[in-house]
Amino acid sequence: MRGEGALLGAAGLAGLLALCEAVPRLGLVEDEYFPPASRVADALATELADDAFWTALRDTLTGWAIGLAVAVAAGVLVGVLISVVPLLREATASTIEFLRPIPSVALIPLAVLLYGTELRSVLLLVVYASFWQVLIQVLYGVQDVDPVADETARSYGLGNWARIRHVVWPTALPYVMTGVRLAAAVALILAVTAELVIGAPGLGARIAVAQSSQAVPEMYALVVVTGLLGLAVNVGARTVERRALAWHQSVRGEVAV
Amino acid sequence: MQALLDVSGLRKVYEGSGRRVEALRDLTFSVDAGELVCLVGPSGCGKTTLLKCVGGLLAPTGGEVRLGGRPVTAPPPGMAVVFQEYGRSLFPWMRVRENVELPLRQKRLDAGRRRELVADALESVGLADAAGAYPWQLSGGMQQRVAIARALAYEPEVLLMDEPFAAVDAQTRADLEDLVRGLWQQRGITILFVTHDIDEAVYLGERVLVLSSSPTVVQEELRVDLPSGRDQLHTRVSPRFAELRTHVYEQVQAAKRGAPGVPWQRGVPLHKDTVSDTPPSPTG
Amino acid sequence: MKGGVKDWPLRLFLALALPSVLLAVWWFASDDSTDVYWPPLRTILTAFPDVWTGDRLREDVLPSVLRLSAGYACAAAAGVGLGTLIGSHRRVRAVCEPALEFVRAVPPPVLVPVIMLFAGIGDTMKIAVIAAGCVWPILLNTVEGVRSLDAVMSETARSYGITGVARLRHLVLPAAGPQIFAGLRQALSIGIILMVISEMFAADNGLGFTIVQFQRGFAIADMWTGILLLGLLGFALSVLFHTVERRVLGWYHGLRDATRRSS
Repeated sequence: MRGEGALLGAAGLAGLLALCEAVPRLGLVEDEYFPPASRVADALATELADDAFWTALRDTLTGWAIGLAVAVAAGVLVGVLISVVPLLREATASTIEFLRPIPSVALIPLAVLLYGTELRSVLLLVVYASFWQVLIQVLYGVQDVDPVADETARSYGLGNWARIRHVVWPTALPYVMTGVRLAAAVALILAVTAELVIGAPGLGARIAVAQSSQAVPEMYALVVVTGLLGLAVNVGARTVERRALAWHQSVRGEVAV
Repeated sequence: MQALLDVSGLRKVYEGSGRRVEALRDLTFSVDAGELVCLVGPSGCGKTTLLKCVGGLLAPTGGEVRLGGRPVTAPPPGMAVVFQEYGRSLFPWMRVRENVELPLRQKRLDAGRRRELVADALESVGLADAAGAYPWQLSGGMQQRVAIARALAYEPEVLLMDEPFAAVDAQTRADLEDLVRGLWQQRGITILFVTHDIDEAVYLGERVLVLSSSPTVVQEELRVDLPSGRDQLHTRVSPRFAELRTHVYEQVQAAKRGAPGVPWQRGVPLHKDTVSDTPPSPTG
Repeated sequence: MKGGVKDWPLRLFLALALPSVLLAVWWFASDDSTDVYWPPLRTILTAFPDVWTGDRLREDVLPSVLRLSAGYACAAAAGVGLGTLIGSHRRVRAVCEPALEFVRAVPPPVLVPVIMLFAGIGDTMKIAVIAAGCVWPILLNTVEGVRSLDAVMSETARSYGITGVARLRHLVLPAAGPQIFAGLRQALSIGIILMVISEMFAADNGLGFTIVQFQRGFAIADMWTGILLLGLLGFALSVLFHTVERRVLGWYHGLRDATRRSS
């Protein structure tokens, strides 16, 4: 079964590649707009040999990693604080519900004015977008704490800090990991967006340059790279999540928010 | 007289990932129109497989099932099934009324007739007031009543029931057993009732078929000569009931001992006491 | 830390307190601001009605919202349709899964320059970009929802002769509903992002375009009103989505609450 699935999947990928090769070759689409897969592969090989490409990749990953780290740290801290202090959750609910759906790209003009094409522009967007993903999951996670477990901890005289460590945190951890996984994907999207639109150095900016200089195969090659990067982030985040939760009897589903 | 439901030489072998498991070896029995027959057997003896083959939900490896003389190859319109998992058998996005009505719409009955059948079926299971509720607003026993009402409204020739009361508490279970007996007597429907509960089989059935362990055959066929008016209080303490249940119990025990090899269902132990109850280690 | 506050006047107070405090802080802290980038809130709020009523509402806000709606609707139709098809057939799913995993991982904004090649810089391009970005979360969630259809429900439908279109309508789509809506919600945030940046990239009208124009022309207070408007739009769409979801999936929330109470 598994072997068959992998085989079919490989066939699907091969079919997709063949399609991308055949469609422009048969003239169904203008190959100026949609170069055959082989030409994109050539362009990709040229990119991989170019130092500037690796610098761009490093810039993108730097923005992604720093932004994600800040968002996760802030999301967890704020989330636990809001949940543990009485009434704070109710008091912040409306504000969170208002701020969360604000599209982070609304901040692009502000980022341009304040930081120009610096890394801080990227970070502003990445942190704003990823922060909510983590925060919301932490809030759900803490809400899921078994009241009986909490009562038990109280009745044995565990203090606030001990309760957070031994009751709240273990329950919330699966949710936190879900939040981190979602935030990792969102952070990459926003990092590339910031580079693409603002022109901060990175893969996104390189795509913009390729586009404006009509270097179509290079542009496609870079799009493929961002896809592979996204894939690596998704797979990596899922692996980390599974590792971190291996001890946990019930790996929980994510909360639909 | 020709039997309404005829099962002959039924055989089912599961094959997959290098394992070959014979669930049903050779099953032959029949059910006459208007009969209430109970199938009872040890845990993991392939009862559900049997019922799925009878209901046309699963293709048998050999043998055949005939309903009213016609071979069953797909779910026939003349059969309705009541599953054990009432919570997963009713659609949670439909109200009770819609759940009961949906199969009737598939039968292309007109709206007036549908309304009549739905009202009548809900009335006869005592749920006329719950028509507008969602299934998950009801208790487990009430949900299973809805599933029974849905089957009744469908007006099947044969009603198949797959351990329908295994997941409800004891008192609800007694009520539901009486409900099924009552409906059977009032409506003259034909019921094939699968259970692992020996008392339930003897209490409900006019006839009890004892199945062997997997690979399954019919171990014994027994006519239940209790009076047709039965009730929980008196029937269950009558000497004849005790004799019958003791007999069936011995047969089921014999079926368990006589079974060769491992049971076909993975994880279902043949003798409960041979498996240890070690909890999974926390480090996993 | 568990349990909500029951008393509704207190709840109302709690809901309004923090936003009021934040607004007041912004108002007074910025009131005598001379920093060009952080104009007083008073100035921003005064500018808001002048900037966003009349022509701009008709020529910028409305086209943006219409393009978003069109792209989102296309994505929803294609995503649910294809997702149901792929989810219902095990082999089709096995063939498509790795390819879909890759396509989904491409950050949607890089689609803007690609689609511009084909569709120029008009409305078609923007609708195509929004649709192409929104379709993946909807598609993948639909596949997952359809795939995990409960076996007992499926057999129930089969034994009662519920097949074909009726099965799709009464069983498959409602059962996948919660998953489909999860995908639609993700797609909504992506759609708003794409609406804005497709207009920032190349356009002659629309919200994103106008806000960038303000920024380039150093009309800072006007730019701030644009940011506020985008925020309000995001919030309004989220509320709208929530309302629709509560209606369509009322049964699901009821079921979940019932299960939670009994466990």
